[in-house]
Amino acid sequence: MARRPAPETLSDLRERIQRLEGREARTCGALPFGVPDIDRRLPGGGLALGALHEVAGGGNGAVDGAAAALFTAGIAARTKGKILWCVVRQDLFAPAIAQAGLAPGRVVYVEAGDERTLLACFEDALRHGGLGAVIGEVAKLSMTASRRLQLAAEGSGTTALAIRRWRRQTEAADFGQPTASVTRWRVSVLPSVALPVPGVGRARWLLELIRCRAGECADFEVEACDGKGRLALSPEMADRSPAAQVARQRATR
Amino acid sequence: MTAADALAESAGLHVGMPATKAQALVPGLAVLDADPAGDANALHRLAVWALRFSPMVAPDPPDGLVIDTTGADHLHGGEEVMLRALVDRFAASRLEARVAIADTWGAAHAAARHAGAAMVIVEPGHTRRALAALPLAALRLPDRMRADLHVLGFSTIGELAAQPRAPLTLRFGPQLARRLDQAFGDVPEPIEPVRSLDLVEVRRTFAEPIGAPETIRRYTGKLIVALVSELEGRGLGARRLDLLFGRVDNRWEAIRIGTARAERDARRLTRLLAERIETIDPGFGIEVMTLTASLAEPLGAVQVISSLVEEEEPDVSGLYDLIANRVGERGLYRFAPVASDVPERSVMQIGPLALDDGASWVDHWPRPSRLLARPEPVETMALLPDHPPVWFTWRRQRRRVRRADGPERVFGEWWKREAEAATVRDYFRVEDDAGERFWIYRAGDGEHPETGSHRWYLHGIFA
Repeated sequence: MARRPAPETLSDLRERIQRLEGREARTCGALPFGVPDIDRRLPGGGLALGALHEVAGGGNGAVDGAAAALFTAGIAARTKGKILWCVVRQDLFAPAIAQAGLAPGRVVYVEAGDERTLLACFEDALRHGGLGAVIGEVAKLSMTASRRLQLAAEGSGTTALAIRRWRRQTEAADFGQPTASVTRWRVSVLPSVALPVPGVGRARWLLELIRCRAGECADFEVEACDGKGRLALSPEMADRSPAAQVARQRATR
Repeated sequence: MTAADALAESAGLHVGMPATKAQALVPGLAVLDADPAGDANALHRLAVWALRFSPMVAPDPPDGLVIDTTGADHLHGGEEVMLRALVDRFAASRLEARVAIADTWGAAHAAARHAGAAMVIVEPGHTRRALAALPLAALRLPDRMRADLHVLGFSTIGELAAQPRAPLTLRFGPQLARRLDQAFGDVPEPIEPVRSLDLVEVRRTFAEPIGAPETIRRYTGKLIVALVSELEGRGLGARRLDLLFGRVDNRWEAIRIGTARAERDARRLTRLLAERIETIDPGFGIEVMTLTASLAEPLGAVQVISSLVEEEEPDVSGLYDLIANRVGERGLYRFAPVASDVPERSVMQIGPLALDDGASWVDHWPRPSRLLARPEPVETMALLPDHPPVWFTWRRQRRRVRRADGPERVFGEWWKREAEAATVRDYFRVEDDAGERFWIYRAGDGEHPETGSHRWYLHGIFA
């Protein structure tokens, strides 16, 4: 067993790497999820503001992007200011977005028609700096495109949220390609917990943090966004250590 | 008689009839002298009005307007939407308009007057085919020449176009061939656009024609600075700008941009125009550039919100302009609630800067985050009248229903459409084995056949 390194060694290393990256540590703060188990895994104690984050759905969600949209709306709901939501073709149902805590008066939609225009609008909106967050639904996100988005987000402090959504499930393998995003999430649906009466309970998601700059990957079982865009840890996960939980999921998958 | 409407024609009158004969046919007919000068004047006024659709409008006497919509239709949501808006505006002032859009002035002129429909769109490249069946009257030829051609046995443009040109030119002169070429776009036909007198306009002529994009950009910047100082003097801000380029071959190219708010910031306006400069074809060179604020609104000083009272909202109207000019005004919107239980009618699109009254939807029931554009039929097995299905097949995948919630009954809106008087939809929220949640409904209440077909549809996907 390797000994855990001392915290000062780690912070010293981080500083050196940051110097190597050649830019000032321009942290715009972080947006905590309000769930200590998730926030503990993220550097800065939450989702970094002024950075690019990617969200995709798992399984059929890679095509319909329903859970990914709601997860993203929940994050955007907890930011301040207007939200710009760029889509190629509109199929969002606005009442559901409002139910995730994002008031209709705050979201402005852009129907771009094609992905090139969408990325251009996405980047210009990030550079503007007056918005709370910018959301873009894209299928292809190349290294160059994501780098541009990341730099634009860093420069203005606006958070960029890219929902990755493909036409076919087979194309979703594209999610393995490297991009310049700071974190990468996959949201898959889980069966809800049975209620004592007939009916459908609160939706549950398997939230996978696939990539996280300066952090580790992790899986969480969460209950979907409430009316204010907040997640909650699943009751059965809350009383177990995350490591054991992850091991159990890896085994069952 | 110089004009006849549908009512007059039904009484047996037609253009060219002597007035005395008309008076004999219709007793008590009031006779007014024709006023060609007045008509031309009115047509010119109408052309100035039509400048709201495109910067290049000219009267096409005696009874038409010609509008070059290149580079302007995207601001109105596409060609078809623009044409409809045009017809509706005319209908609102009780004028009957016939419109057509085509590659050339000649083709549009012909299609509007002779294609038999009130609204015609000739797709790019289909001019020849669209014109072939139209009568010779569509070619803007003198009456005499038309009669002579008729005697020779020609009745449609297609027949005439198939003939060798030389004998026709020898017999009828160069005009016939020119009109044909103009209609098919083989010979250019420039439009001399009308200008309104009270517009704020700046202009620059070049002794040596310019053509390089960076030169155009530089002079655009100079024109904007001049326009902005002009606007400032009058206390106005621009809502719409037209930049016209006069080319050496007498053709005009145009760019039009719109802004969400009255705007007088030179840097912003330059950026909006600069985005579209590359769409301009300078040809052999540009000798005149004209920049017009075709729509201007008063723009005074505004009070800045004190940071003591409330937080200042960052101004995003510049960003909205940039995006709206790129994707079109209809591509940028907010959703607002509508009081309707029918899901697809419960949202409407409003402008991004529309007043926010804080209204939202009534959220008694969860709603799916993705709504299918049209509900897709699914195969199911369900107990009637009010049980959710046991399983359903959607997109060739069969799913067992684990849990379900419902029904949520939605009644048709009989006050909107007569056919919906009895219709009912029963919505269920269902969850399959994998945990995927869908919004499905049955058309009908499960008992009465008049309430719907009792088939099942999938309408949305929950997260």
